Amino acid sequence: MKHLLSTADLDWDQANALLDTAEQMAAVLTRPIKKIPALVGRTIVNLFFEDSTRTRNSFELAERRLSADSISVTARGSSVSKGESMRDTMQTLEAMKVDCFVIRHASSGALEQATGWTDAHLVNAGDGWHEHPTQALLDAFTLRRHFAAVGHPGLEGKHVAIVGDLLHSRVVRSNVWLLHTLGATVSLVAPATLRPAGVETWPVQVTEDLDSVLPQVHALMMLRVQRERMSGGFFPTAREYTEFFGLTPARLRLLSPRAAICHPGPINRGVEISAEAADSAQSLILDQVAAGVPVRMSVLFHLLSGADEGLK
Amino acid sequence: MARYGPERVVLSADDIDRALARIAYQLIETNRGADDLVLIGVPTRGVPLARRLGGLIEEASGHPTPVGQLDITLYRDDLRRQPTRTVMPTSIPCDIDGRVVVLVDDVLYSGRTVAAALDALKDYGRPRRIQLAVLVDRGHRELPIAADVVGKELPTRSEERVQVRLSELDGTSQVSIMAPESDSQ
Repeated sequence: MKHLLSTADLDWDQANALLDTAEQMAAVLTRPIKKIPALVGRTIVNLFFEDSTRTRNSFELAERRLSADSISVTARGSSVSKGESMRDTMQTLEAMKVDCFVIRHASSGALEQATGWTDAHLVNAGDGWHEHPTQALLDAFTLRRHFAAVGHPGLEGKHVAIVGDLLHSRVVRSNVWLLHTLGATVSLVAPATLRPAGVETWPVQVTEDLDSVLPQVHALMMLRVQRERMSGGFFPTAREYTEFFGLTPARLRLLSPRAAICHPGPINRGVEISAEAADSAQSLILDQVAAGVPVRMSVLFHLLSGADEGLK
Repeated sequence: MARYGPERVVLSADDIDRALARIAYQLIETNRGADDLVLIGVPTRGVPLARRLGGLIEEASGHPTPVGQLDITLYRDDLRRQPTRTVMPTSIPCDIDGRVVVLVDDVLYSGRTVAAALDALKDYGRPRRIQLAVLVDRGHRELPIAADVVGKELPTRSEERVQVRLSELDGTSQVSIMAPESDSQ
């Protein structure tokens, strides 16, 4: 594996290898010494053209735990803010001997394009509304652990519903491809105005009726409603959104008591998810956060630890 | 991949049992008992060997001996020479500070696995002493490392391949040696 751009590129074996290694990385993080020498001498640049504290912090921590050398470049306060192009920024950095770029960019497909500009490995840390593969992997990791803990291990045959703003979410696509590869059934629940073009070709069921889906699912992924969308005509008011698509206390009771609740964060309490649901025993929201570092360690280990293909 | 000629069996299942019994007694003797011993197997085949030794030591000394396993993949110095390796679980059964840790592996060869295991172990604690027990020592060390207890010294050429099978993983138990096919022609 040279890059991780999309979860659509992962087959069943690769996806499971990444999740299995993440378990061993999680075990490392429970030790008093939470560091391993696996990536000694490797250099990683986190290139964040769009800010994301949570994702960037967890990549940085993952890199340090693996003993890689890393720096982070954010658009603000760098040559990017002086108008330097992404290509020039990357080539300037690569001249300083970089093995891997972890990139967050506001434009969908930015990373696909960047593969032609560099010999380094690329990890997609979120590109526009397109993909966020490490988020999907940490969601799958969290669910896999949850299902193992309740005595039904594996994602095969599980039913997962993803609810909310599918149009502007970068985690939906990544989650759909990965969950599908891992054998889960996926339902998408969203108002017609918040569905991406082409969703009918995805391996999913799409509906507007959350209440009918809730009793059937093994896991629910609530997506964040971005405040800037609320004035864009996608839905009338936040209250109306909550009425139809929010995980309210009443809807929580429609859910099986063993079903898991996920949310990529940050959450809008009282909008897409009620405080009661977010803080319930079924909520895996904090487990998802905790999974970030070991999953990203696993991804970087798989991309960077072995012999470089094509070299030597 | 090199092709190998016919296998020559150098240790049968009974030979392996006898070698392990001897290793168990030697460990008890050199450590004046088994009170402080912790056995740590190196995956893959060091793990069942450590379990067998744990049973033998418990039988002989009356002490239950903690047995664990230590994956050294993340500590190897040759990660970048090969495709990405699978990381196996590590389980350290108890606090190893101040105790005698016995690393258990099937074959001692270059010594690099043991060197990586020593690096890994120090991230889990500070044992009073670390010893090395191996079923087979086939020579050709690349590092200044020696085993404390050896089941069988097996002189080999470096082109030859030593294959250890253990019933827990392979259905049968035996140690065999194979020469590259071009040799036998």
